[in-house]
Amino acid sequence: MSNEVISQIKRDHIVNLLEKGTRTDGRSPKDIREIQVTTNCIESADGSARVKLGNTEVIAGVKIIPGTPFPDTPNSGVLTTGAELIPMAHASFESGPPGEDAIELARVVDRGIRESGMVDVEGLCITPGEEVWMCFIDMYALDYDGNLFDASNLAAVMALRTAIIPGEQYGKGENKPLPITCTPISVTSCKIGNTLILDPNFDEEHIASARLTVTTDDNGNFRAMQKGGKGSITLDELSQCLDAAVEKGKEIRKIIG
Amino acid sequence: MERRNAKPKRELVLPGDLLDSTGAKVGEYAYERDGNVYAAVLGIKNVTPAGVGVIPLHGQYMPVAGDLVIGTINDIGPSNWMVDINAPYPAPLHVSEVPWKVEFGDTSRFLNIGDVVLLKVLSVDESKKIQVTMNDAGLRKIEGGMLVEISHTKVSRVIGKSGSMIQMLKNMSDCRITVGQNGRIWIDGEGESAEAVADAIKMIEEEAQSHNLTERIKEFLEKRLPAEEE
Amino acid sequence: MSGHTDMVLVDDNGMRIDGRTATEHRPIKIEAGVLKNADGSAYVEIGKNKVLAAVYGPRECHPRHLQDPNKAVIQCKYNMQAFSVSDRKRPGTDRRSIEISKITAEALENVVLTELYPRASIDVYIEILQANAGTRCAGLTAASVALADAGIPMRDIVPAIAAGKADGHVLLDLNKEEDNYGQADVPIALVPSTDEIVLLQMDGNMTREEFDRAISLAVNACHEVYDLQKDALKRRYAVKKEEAESDE
Repeated sequence: MSNEVISQIKRDHIVNLLEKGTRTDGRSPKDIREIQVTTNCIESADGSARVKLGNTEVIAGVKIIPGTPFPDTPNSGVLTTGAELIPMAHASFESGPPGEDAIELARVVDRGIRESGMVDVEGLCITPGEEVWMCFIDMYALDYDGNLFDASNLAAVMALRTAIIPGEQYGKGENKPLPITCTPISVTSCKIGNTLILDPNFDEEHIASARLTVTTDDNGNFRAMQKGGKGSITLDELSQCLDAAVEKGKEIRKIIG
Repeated sequence: MERRNAKPKRELVLPGDLLDSTGAKVGEYAYERDGNVYAAVLGIKNVTPAGVGVIPLHGQYMPVAGDLVIGTINDIGPSNWMVDINAPYPAPLHVSEVPWKVEFGDTSRFLNIGDVVLLKVLSVDESKKIQVTMNDAGLRKIEGGMLVEISHTKVSRVIGKSGSMIQMLKNMSDCRITVGQNGRIWIDGEGESAEAVADAIKMIEEEAQSHNLTERIKEFLEKRLPAEEE
Repeated sequence: MSGHTDMVLVDDNGMRIDGRTATEHRPIKIEAGVLKNADGSAYVEIGKNKVLAAVYGPRECHPRHLQDPNKAVIQCKYNMQAFSVSDRKRPGTDRRSIEISKITAEALENVVLTELYPRASIDVYIEILQANAGTRCAGLTAASVALADAGIPMRDIVPAIAAGKADGHVLLDLNKEEDNYGQADVPIALVPSTDEIVLLQMDGNMTREEFDRAISLAVNACHEVYDLQKDALKRRYAVKKEEAESDE
């Protein structure tokens, strides 16, 4: 996500610790960091959440406004997901329009939400073929210490789960909760040397050769994946990542309730 | 607790706070207006014969000639390396300032991006242009071990009065410890011992204001260090 | 300022729609040191405004052509998040945010001892999480706390607040309705130790008497905001300070 130089000493230190099965912050390879969620933190949004994953922090807000449906889906609402890596979050982030990292991040989060059918888009229809609710999800990284994928996914999902369709504001019926069908959870693994670790922090993410984000639904079925990084993963490693995504997905669902 | 050696209260001051209105000289991190001295940074008020100033609790490291610093190579040119020394300015290391004979354009054969180096600040000119050198006893590329980063404002606490704290850390842990004035500290030693020292240093940073700090760090290390073999 | 409403903004008893008198500001909450990566940071709530500010630097100045050989430059980016207003704001900079960024940077440049860091840049980022009239003042208030938290040498901490006019009354710290349907808005920021004004804008329609009254309300309120800014910074270091004293 940035071109920060990680010193050779830090690199070696992380690798040496991993060989002993531990990490610089004391976690085991399969541990994720502490999750803190604050929902409904922004009154001007129709749904919002601030999520901390260790020292990584993301805020997400949902705005729902009436609009015109796409011609090919005349009865479906519209979902739009955006992410910004604002310079507040890290010394290496620059201001300006979203770059490729921010766009990839937004698209991966979008896929998990869209493909899992989390939001029942049919339920967002106001007048078939004419008017539907358009749901904008905007995410901002506030503090970046690795794994923006999982933190952003969680922030977006929690914001959606608390979102209210503002019918009264637009004279389109009563206010009602956004129709939600499930909770897609992403779990990101990184490969350092031949070791797989979950929920990488900044340094780990920057020395990792490959990354795999796997999003599951409530049933543990796979709904979205994204492999990143210049390195490769073996079929066996892939299988481990998938298992971890299911297992940790359950754990995270328990934490967020 | 007994207060036999009652010290003057440590006063937390903020930018703009009045430090002195009796005509004292302006010390560090302070400024003068209408004959009064005011604080320019957040920190502890510091009264010395040289003037009334502030010991900052936060802030960027500003290199001073003679400082020992730990840097990371983050760019390479044909006749120099750019070193990140945690300062507001880049620190170029010229080929003439290393102990090797380096041909023009052959720099990356000696030091590469990500390499960690122990350097001395050679000079800082008026426009804050920095020069660093590796040409002095003990200066070198450092490998292995681990790096800890703390605020440079806490470096003096890690060293302690005439080196008492750092000496204790070294003696108790058997680790090699090199403290850069820029807040980077290199620890080399047995895995567990090095980890314990790193945690102790973080604790010193957190609790830098405490007065019986040395004692508490000693207790902490006694608990954390692996038991010595009988 | 141009909107019209039948809403009574100030009633016969001089009460405003949020229950304030003319001279009261909205509840203010300030926290220092809220982010991990930034060199300094602050969170400010003024009424329903929620604002984060972060400071990085002094650090190398990018782009290089902005470098000043004699002092540090202060680069400020004020940004409203998409969900911070009632109609979703399209992400990205607009003319309004560029203007606010400029005057905020200039206000801060007045107090920061920039000559200590020639060629460097001090970068200030203001993110509006929730907007409800007065975000530029909340942003500047947060930014100066973040600068102090970053340990950047400065003459003083800058507070900011607006005064204005609605229903013909001069009011302190306009809320959204008063801002939309009122007759004037005057955001100001000052250096509390000398009462020098470092930010001032005005739009609307005011007589000299009304303007003088507005300035006097805002100047007084700035001093209150200043106390809250200092409190926030002291709170951040209070734990350590108590330790220090109990050990002595």
